[in-house]
Amino acid sequence: MAKQINVALIGNPNTGKTSVFNQLTGLNQKVGNYPGITVEKKEGICKLPRGLKAHILDLPGTYSLNASSLDENVVIELLLNKSDKDYPDVAVVVSDVENLKRNLLLFTQIKDLGIPTILVINMADRMERKGISLDVDLLEERLKTKVTLVSARKNTGIDELKKAIINYRHISDEPCVNASIIAPEYFDRLRKAFPKQSLYKLWLVITQDVNFGNINRNEISSSDLFDTKSHTELKQLQHKETILRYQFINGVLKETMKVDASSAKDLRSRLDRVLTHKIWGYAIFFGILLLIFQAIYSWSSYPMDLIDETFAFLSEWTKTTLPAGAFTNLIAEGIIPGLGGIVIFIPQIAFLFFFISILEETGYMSRVVFLMDRIMRKFGLSGKSVVPLVSGTACAIPAVMATRNIESWKERLITILVVPFTTCSARLPVYLIIIALVIPDRAFWGFNLQGLTLMLLYLLGFGVAIGSAWILNAILNIKNRSHFVIEMPNYKMPMGKNIAINVVEKTKSFVFGAGKIILAISIILWVLASYGPGDNFNKAEEIVTSEYSQNTQISEVELEEEIASFKLRNSYIGIMGRGIEPVVAPLGYDWKIGIAIISSFAAREVFVGTLATIYSVGSDEEETIKNRMAAEINPILGGPLFTFASGVSLLLFYAFAMQCMSTLAIVKRETNTWKWPVLQLVVMTLFAYFVALVAFQLLK
Amino acid sequence: MRLTLADLKRGERGIIKDFSAENIPLKLLEMGCLPGNEVQMLQMAPFRDPMYLNINGSHLAIRKEIALLIEIDLIS
Repeated sequence: MAKQINVALIGNPNTGKTSVFNQLTGLNQKVGNYPGITVEKKEGICKLPRGLKAHILDLPGTYSLNASSLDENVVIELLLNKSDKDYPDVAVVVSDVENLKRNLLLFTQIKDLGIPTILVINMADRMERKGISLDVDLLEERLKTKVTLVSARKNTGIDELKKAIINYRHISDEPCVNASIIAPEYFDRLRKAFPKQSLYKLWLVITQDVNFGNINRNEISSSDLFDTKSHTELKQLQHKETILRYQFINGVLKETMKVDASSAKDLRSRLDRVLTHKIWGYAIFFGILLLIFQAIYSWSSYPMDLIDETFAFLSEWTKTTLPAGAFTNLIAEGIIPGLGGIVIFIPQIAFLFFFISILEETGYMSRVVFLMDRIMRKFGLSGKSVVPLVSGTACAIPAVMATRNIESWKERLITILVVPFTTCSARLPVYLIIIALVIPDRAFWGFNLQGLTLMLLYLLGFGVAIGSAWILNAILNIKNRSHFVIEMPNYKMPMGKNIAINVVEKTKSFVFGAGKIILAISIILWVLASYGPGDNFNKAEEIVTSEYSQNTQISEVELEEEIASFKLRNSYIGIMGRGIEPVVAPLGYDWKIGIAIISSFAAREVFVGTLATIYSVGSDEEETIKNRMAAEINPILGGPLFTFASGVSLLLFYAFAMQCMSTLAIVKRETNTWKWPVLQLVVMTLFAYFVALVAFQLLK
Repeated sequence: MRLTLADLKRGERGIIKDFSAENIPLKLLEMGCLPGNEVQMLQMAPFRDPMYLNINGSHLAIRKEIALLIEIDLIS
């Protein structure tokens, strides 16, 4: 069988590149990271006719080969490095028929690198509606390449694209713009100094800092065959290059593209008039947020109850069916409740990702950036910080990475520092179970009180994020210019396939990523809770029995429970927990919650699993986690452990504390120093402790 | 009188004049903000900042501070 054809999918953001990728590969794709950096790497296999296969790499969206972010760097590094295993045999540039002029800029740059390049004109189904007509044959001739009209939405043109990929060897690798005429003398000297290299590649290496096989930037600048130009001069040349490319593109499009504006029906401007309106725009945005949070809460409660009961049943079933022993106990009391603690969040996380991808897919998110920029700037943030803050409600890790397109370093740093305050999906489990315990399930003005509380917690997260941004903006002394530019894409109906793939991928990575940690921690906890040192643990039965020997009132069952709880108190975990109890007692917690909080520093979602494990070790009944928690007694104050006061205190602690090792690691990577993550950990956690303390002492 | 992008009212059009590109981000030029190209003001956020423009067929939002740097001729 022939070797796989390496295909790189490149294009501007918002051209439907990912839709084309999804159509080519279907579910046959995987998402990973580029080595050493956290840029998402999407690749997949595409089955071609005649038994051939293509390896498709979906590169991050970029407007040109002049990188201004880590994501864009990935594109250039790959295209400049012939020895990379992913170096494309053929590049597929995806463009959007409505923005062809701008999209062609990137196309001409890639073509000039001497890579066979297919031009895909996506959204071809919109041409008629927009009054656009194209002379494809002439366009192919002028651009010296193969052009395919595609509609990823309607699934047309994909077969033609596959054919073009198979026949990539017939595509000319001749450049279409001669960039060297912007500074003939300079390029001449370059040619003489490095006769074996492609001129345009050299030019790209000089103008930006990228790794480039054997020749790196320093070698070029230290070469005394020519003097390297100053930064300003290089920038001027880049401008000249851009103008030159547009001259070429304008010339080509004048011949090949006709736009009959009169037949264009402009839905965009009508929608924009409402959605970016000074009053309606904001009202609609907050309305949408309210709707999303209500929906997440009420829609997912049914599958969640079902999952909760299923796991309680499974645990009980294992215990009665498998032969009794330590191994059965580990499964029934450690692993199953631990897994239940993670599976239960799948409905909510899936809904959250579902809504976020709809907002992104439709193009609405850019309108929110536009509306919020001015307001966010007052707090030292950018309009673009809205996207990380909103996606932070799913997970802080992708949110921190989503700050990369913020042009100003100060605005970006502040966004990174405050994003962990937003309510990520890992907090949801904690919130949900505590809300269910301490907030009455009643309607208030037509809204469910529990749903309102959840919404309030989300608002609180945003509020504190923005408040701390304001403080950071005043404290941090970083001066730099903002170069805020954002594209406002046209509105699109979201594609079901894209959203489905996104939801499945994100949920999967959450479940497996967090699942591993949770499973490991619940096993460790189970061991620590099931074994203990000394006589107190090992002779628990005798001690408790003799204590109650005078008491004839106590039933067999009650005695069993007393023994179990005495054992737990004297297990390893009980001893550790009671050690830290003085620290958490002022917040209204017992030692079990203390243990759950400590294990939460690995990841917050561990909280419920931890309590589930600890409680199920202590009881034999088939009960849900929620019922077990409701029955807990406060060791110091008496009465139920989970009261309104301790519940609110716990909610606030989880709202503010920095309890996520993965986020700290990502912040370290994105800021290149431990200074910022350590600051986050210390300040956020102290703040959380203080607020929880005040809340409990005031409310109790 | 010196007229810049920031002076356009909603719906008005202009032609970009030559400008000193020193302080203009390269990305903006790459999106088509080049001398001779047409611009139209589409929407403005409160306080006229940021501005939502159609520059040479690209729909972009930029801040007022950058819009003030780009000189134009009004098309009436």
